[in-house]
Amino acid sequence: MTFINYAAREINCKIVYYGPGLCGKTTNIQFIYERTNPVAKGKLISLATETDRTLFFDFMPLDLGTIQGFKTRFHLYTVPGQVFYDASRRLILKGVDGVIFVADSQESRFEANIEAIQNLKDNMKTYGYDLMAVPYVLQLNKRDLPTAVEADRLVNALRVKNEPVFEAVATSGAGVFETLKAMARMVLLNLRQRSGAKTSVTP
Amino acid sequence: MSAELILFEEEYERIHDAITRLKRDANALSVYMIEKSGQQIAAVGQIDDIDATALASLTAGNVAATEGLARLVGEKEFSSLFHEGERQNIHITVVGGRVILLVVFDEGSSLGLVRLRVRKATGELAEIMEQVKSKAAAGVVMGGHDSPFADITDEDIDNLFAD
Repeated sequence: MTFINYAAREINCKIVYYGPGLCGKTTNIQFIYERTNPVAKGKLISLATETDRTLFFDFMPLDLGTIQGFKTRFHLYTVPGQVFYDASRRLILKGVDGVIFVADSQESRFEANIEAIQNLKDNMKTYGYDLMAVPYVLQLNKRDLPTAVEADRLVNALRVKNEPVFEAVATSGAGVFETLKAMARMVLLNLRQRSGAKTSVTP
Repeated sequence: MSAELILFEEEYERIHDAITRLKRDANALSVYMIEKSGQQIAAVGQIDDIDATALASLTAGNVAATEGLARLVGEKEFSSLFHEGERQNIHITVVGGRVILLVVFDEGSSLGLVRLRVRKATGELAEIMEQVKSKAAAGVVMGGHDSPFADITDEDIDNLFAD
């Protein structure tokens, strides 16, 4: 949920990285953290197991600068990808402003991607959110692997609407910022569109 | 997608005053008000030593997980949480179903006192949040404020990524 604070002149938006287990959600966020100017970021929080699998979520706040005099801050979250953490995954979606779906390009994870997108739709519905109406980007990760499926085949199977698609190698950072930028742009344009529909009155 | 939360100066000042009183009355170290999706709304007291953004995010996660637990055992919610440390303790309450009140205190106070003062403050805070909600629902833009989004240009957005 976008939080507009007139007192502090701040806009806060929540972006969630979603996808099947081991698709690279945490790697995306870690790359962003490593490559961001220290003054523009807060702490990276990872609630993970001893084997570095996400247990609850990863989180980092990212300041993108000022827009119309308001400090614009994005809160980036990942969900735990493993199937049995579904209850935790659902909790992270609360108040989401935009979703980045990170797909694992490997042939062996083809079905897992499809199941994760269905799971995303189902979990969005529990809050009354409609994936078709929320800013949404598809990232095809692990494009460098020899077992990666052709991008066209993945897009055909995974695209849910006319969302932008980015090919990525999160371990090297390729496509990571491009994905995030597209998401941020969509969220802000969505806010502009919604603000235009509002009635302004002076009491 | 959920509606945005819009906080104007008037309600912010009222929230700030209410949690300042709570901090004083409960003899607490600090008090935070946090939105359930993890955004900090206001904070008072010894707040410079704590990463408030991380605190807000973890608190929201904590509350969300606890609500999940409550539903599993057939409860609507566990209305308050208490974490006891060696030197400092944290008391967490959900206010009006939408925001979270977090109080940090040490041996200068007690759980009983904090609970009593929190209970007293929640009514006022819930009422303020209702006002915030009704203003947003009415699409009211107060005191000459315009939506900061209405005039966003493509150039504004591009500039955000200039670095």
